[in-house]
Amino acid sequence: MRRHLVTALLVLAVVALFATPLLLDGASEYAGTDSQATELIEESDAGYEPWFESVFSPGSSEIESGLFALQAALGGGVLGYVLGRLKGRRTAEQTARRTAERTGRQAAETAATPPATP
Amino acid sequence: MHIAEGFLPPAHAIGWTIAAAPFVVHGARAVAKEVRENPESTLLLGAAGAFTFVLSAIKLPSITGSSSHPTGTGLGAVLFRPPVMALLGTVVLLFQALLLAHGGLTTLGANAFSMAVIGPWAGYAAYRLVRRSGGGLLPGVFAAMAVADLATYVTTALQLAWAHPDAASGFGGAAAKFLSVFAFTQVPLAIGEGLLGVLLFRVLVVNARPELERLGVLRRTPEPDQAPVPEATPGAER
Repeated sequence: MRRHLVTALLVLAVVALFATPLLLDGASEYAGTDSQATELIEESDAGYEPWFESVFSPGSSEIESGLFALQAALGGGVLGYVLGRLKGRRTAEQTARRTAERTGRQAAETAATPPATP
Repeated sequence: MHIAEGFLPPAHAIGWTIAAAPFVVHGARAVAKEVRENPESTLLLGAAGAFTFVLSAIKLPSITGSSSHPTGTGLGAVLFRPPVMALLGTVVLLFQALLLAHGGLTTLGANAFSMAVIGPWAGYAAYRLVRRSGGGLLPGVFAAMAVADLATYVTTALQLAWAHPDAASGFGGAAAKFLSVFAFTQVPLAIGEGLLGVLLFRVLVVNARPELERLGVLRRTPEPDQAPVPEATPGAER
């Protein structure tokens, strides 16, 4: 029970950590730090010209966010698969141990009581 | 977040690529060795790579009014030691550079150096420090995740400052400017990443105990069959 309380509190803390800025300052644009850095370079080092373009740029922000979602989905899928397998393995081990204990006890009982038939 | 494509001068781009390459090659060999010698590690290796994949795809808002994403490299560094993450982190960076126009090929070396080399090593150092000074596994994991995340972006800021020193205040002024963009934004993200790492490790400690013991993350229990793991009792699951 206590274990699950801790889990819930941890999840809550993570959510609160990222919901707080949105609640405090919903008007902000939350621009990426990479584009902010790019702007800084353009300000301070005005003569600098980027000398290489991305080999492929997603055509629109929708496509870009879709590709980011794809990346997260791939990672989340694999992570879920691994955790599911590990959890299943442990459950199977527990079941096997319990079955072994039960059959062991039954074997001991049948050995203790001699068969009724002559 | 990572240095955008083309924003490092050619000399820096080549320099960082040369600096990062041996780590990545060494990391690739470390991964191959781990899989060959301990095939049962493949699952957890997948988990470490997947964790980095998910976390570096999610851009999160921060109190500074800007957003960035975590790195998730601390997990694999704690489980398999940092060299493994040099490869896994670079794979993630390559995916983002090729498909998402995030980071870039010319900046891949510099980004790999910060996210796949410095981050994991700094996180691992923090983990060892916590464990050696008597801290438990979970505090160690929290430190590893948070420090790996922060160290990555401090490195990014310094790399940019070196490439683009301020006209008036030089490297120091530029470093302060880039750090104020990257490092402050990253603080809440690093804390969040630390908490996520703790959540994940709580699951692994219960379900992947044999692997964690073999990897030396958990001490071997004297009698594995009778180990009084409180979670092992049926009914405690819910």
